[in-house]
Amino acid sequence: MKIVTDHLHKAFESRIRLGIMSVLAVNDMLDFNTLKDYLDVTDGNLASHLKALEKEAFIDVKKSFIGRKPNTKYFMTELGKKAFTDHLKALEKLIKSQQ
Amino acid sequence: MKVEQDYIRDIAEMRSLMERSSKFLSLSGLAGIMAGVYALAGAYIAYRFFNFNPDKIVYSIVKPESLYADLFKVVLLAIIILILAIGTAIFLSFKKAHKRGEKLWNPTARRLLIHMAIPLIAGGLLILILTSKGLIGLIAPFTLLFYGLALYNAGKFTYEEVKSLGLIEIGLGLISSYFVEYGLLFWTVGFGVVHIIYGIYMHYRYER
Repeated sequence: MKIVTDHLHKAFESRIRLGIMSVLAVNDMLDFNTLKDYLDVTDGNLASHLKALEKEAFIDVKKSFIGRKPNTKYFMTELGKKAFTDHLKALEKLIKSQQ
Repeated sequence: MKVEQDYIRDIAEMRSLMERSSKFLSLSGLAGIMAGVYALAGAYIAYRFFNFNPDKIVYSIVKPESLYADLFKVVLLAIIILILAIGTAIFLSFKKAHKRGEKLWNPTARRLLIHMAIPLIAGGLLILILTSKGLIGLIAPFTLLFYGLALYNAGKFTYEEVKSLGLIEIGLGLISSYFVEYGLLFWTVGFGVVHIIYGIYMHYRYER
């Protein structure tokens, strides 16, 4: 079976990372706890996946304070948007080619 | 290496995540039905016991004191109905969100509320101003109109059907601002009958 892997980015192999990107694609900015609720993962797990995406520069953080509590919000970068769209296109091609 | 099945599952999961995180889907059809029932009861009480049935836009020409006393009761009644309807909606949404394993108060709920609140508050203030100037006949049409605008606006952040509901209310509001003498009747249809039909439709479509 031949699989088109040109644009299937390595970073999106993980379903949680793919989930983070999906949620951030339709929301301007989300904080850690909201992401956790949507994705149903543990703190540590989510943090490590966010780190990985941050390292790829697909997402970025904006730190601020609510009162005295630090609040970190995550959003998708332009690069991340492009990578995510390419990934979707590649998925589409892949599925079409196998029908 | 993943196989085709995995990718299809990935896509399904992404789709569901995108929808869940961008739309508020805990709205309950039952809440619509209940809101309709409250509205029907309220309209009946206002008409039957408070003699509320404005047939002209301006009431200030004849200004019997009893009119303003009755009007005050009608406003009070309207506030009670509003609180009942909103309370029921929040309670049922809370239950639905709980059943879906989600929190009621999340970014989608916040977005929905803000987009509804702006037309509603603008309309509410306008109606208060009109009432204070004696333009009582416009209360019913304008509540329909601004409620419709709020729903249409909110439709982007919840079920698509809310947009259609909004358009119907806008239409009813416009028609009834022309036929002012049937204002209460249109209001009863818009807030009562339409809500009940919409609620039943949503309940059968999404909650069974």
